[in-house]
Amino acid sequence: MSAAAPGTSKAAHGDVAPKKKKGPGALATAYLVIYNVVMTAGWLVIAVGLVRAYLARGSYHGLYYSIEKPLKFFQTGAILEVRKHKCPKHTNESRIVPSSVVLTGFQVMSRVFLTWAVTHSVREVQSEDSVLLFVTAWTVTEIIRYSFYTFSLLNHLPYLIKWARYTFFIVLYPMGVTGELLTIYAALPYVQKTGLYSVTLPNKYNFSFDYYTFLILIMFSYIPLFPQLYFHMIRQRKKVLGHAEDYSKVE
Amino acid sequence: MDALALEASGKKANAAAVPAPVPSQAPVKRKPAKKAKKAVVFFEVEILDAKTKDKLCFLDKVEPNATIGEIKSMFHKSHPQFYPARQSIRLDPKGKSLKDEEVLQHLPVGTTATFYFRDLGAQISWVTVFLTEYTGPLVIYLLFYFRVPFIYAPKYDFTTSKHWVVHLACMCHSFHYVKRLLETLFVHRFSHGTMPLRNIFKNCTYYWGFAAWMAYYINHPLYTPPIYGEQQIRLALIIFLFCQFGNFSIHIALRNLRPPGSKTRKIPYPTKNPFTWIFLLVSCPNYTYELGSWLGFTLMTQCLPVAFFTLVGFIQMTVWAKGKHRSYLKEFRDYPPLRSPILPFVL
Repeated sequence: MSAAAPGTSKAAHGDVAPKKKKGPGALATAYLVIYNVVMTAGWLVIAVGLVRAYLARGSYHGLYYSIEKPLKFFQTGAILEVRKHKCPKHTNESRIVPSSVVLTGFQVMSRVFLTWAVTHSVREVQSEDSVLLFVTAWTVTEIIRYSFYTFSLLNHLPYLIKWARYTFFIVLYPMGVTGELLTIYAALPYVQKTGLYSVTLPNKYNFSFDYYTFLILIMFSYIPLFPQLYFHMIRQRKKVLGHAEDYSKVE
Repeated sequence: MDALALEASGKKANAAAVPAPVPSQAPVKRKPAKKAKKAVVFFEVEILDAKTKDKLCFLDKVEPNATIGEIKSMFHKSHPQFYPARQSIRLDPKGKSLKDEEVLQHLPVGTTATFYFRDLGAQISWVTVFLTEYTGPLVIYLLFYFRVPFIYAPKYDFTTSKHWVVHLACMCHSFHYVKRLLETLFVHRFSHGTMPLRNIFKNCTYYWGFAAWMAYYINHPLYTPPIYGEQQIRLALIIFLFCQFGNFSIHIALRNLRPPGSKTRKIPYPTKNPFTWIFLLVSCPNYTYELGSWLGFTLMTQCLPVAFFTLVGFIQMTVWAKGKHRSYLKEFRDYPPLRSPILPFVL
């Protein structure tokens, strides 16, 4: 259904433009450029923060605290990216394929969940090394991704950035997922002990919720979901970086 | 020429696809042929794949008054895996599907007609889907009501709740789904015969999943009855029954709009039954009443999962109602302007 993406199209990780980019209006472009520049800067701040803290302390331990606030701010800000395909002008993905909204939305939601509902909520895991693992993965990924969007919008995309965007994920994705899973796993005993975010019967709303079980289900959900996302990116990589003869019909 | 048009429109009104033998008032009788025409101009039909544009099928000597339905049958012969229900035939690869009743010669095609084919995927009949998705909740709720083993702690197996509202809720829930099953079998007249097969899994997950979730809490040994007790339950029951009957009245009214076996669409109007007077204000009162029933049930059970179910159902029904309302507006110029899709004046 979708043709291979030409080199400078605004192909996001979730979709491929069927034609050359149509170009949103000037105002929308300006908004997007500003957004992407700000996000690139934000994640650079986090990266620099991590490096400086490491150099100051001399160890990997507990670096989360040095970048906690910008991490929360910029990761949560990514929610602005999740827009339905009805208004493509104001999203990074200029040709939204419905599946891409689901992928983007899911990705952002899982990141926000990790940031707030796990790492922020369960203080005891904040000093875990697994947190550093996923924060590093996210930071490198996002710096590359947002600069990719920025340059694409300005029609001056260096091949290096495009290559990095579609290659680094091969390592960063599993790295991030490992960090996330280990962090959730580390949070489990504390959640069970304190009954965090849980509601038990009896109560007048006749409702119950066990956050501990919920977290376990979340962990299991990575099993079907992560491979799908990963192989989707691999397919995108072939299309974007591959040569003419590698174009294959997708989805 | 006039005879042809007369003939064709006469056939359309019957909604019968088969060309009839000579009508009694055929004015031109050149030969005693099957149709009273001067000469039969046969059409040629080629069917291309909408995506690949490959030529899939070529039919020659097609009657001009053949319907899309008949063409689908002919296509099915050469491609037995594509039974008519899963064929989408359109004039344009990205265009809308043509209806089965459309007649070849009335379409904007030359004598060699090109159609595009899209496979809709495996299909399943609406009736089958409805029966399956409604039987699930009926059975599942009862499993929880009777507290079969492995749901609650073993000491509660096969016990009954001490709260009479729990028994009432079971009766209401069961009544609701029995009503739906009976309506599926005896009342509804479906526009489409089939829907994609994957829908049955999606729909059953939704209905069965929510039924289990609700039933778990209502029939739980630690269930807390409504705060305002008997008053709340009585009011809830009245709302529930009122809306059940309302919903049923609407289904009957809609059925009576449509003669048996037909797929005609007409504007529904209020009838003598007061429950249908809501048609003055709403396009899809069946959904309005359905919402009301579940609000009643939520009030009766005072159970948050039931409230969630009501909310999700309401969102879905609103989407459907808006779509239906829009298509009414498109199809009928004189559609009453006062009507809203689902909630009077509001939504």
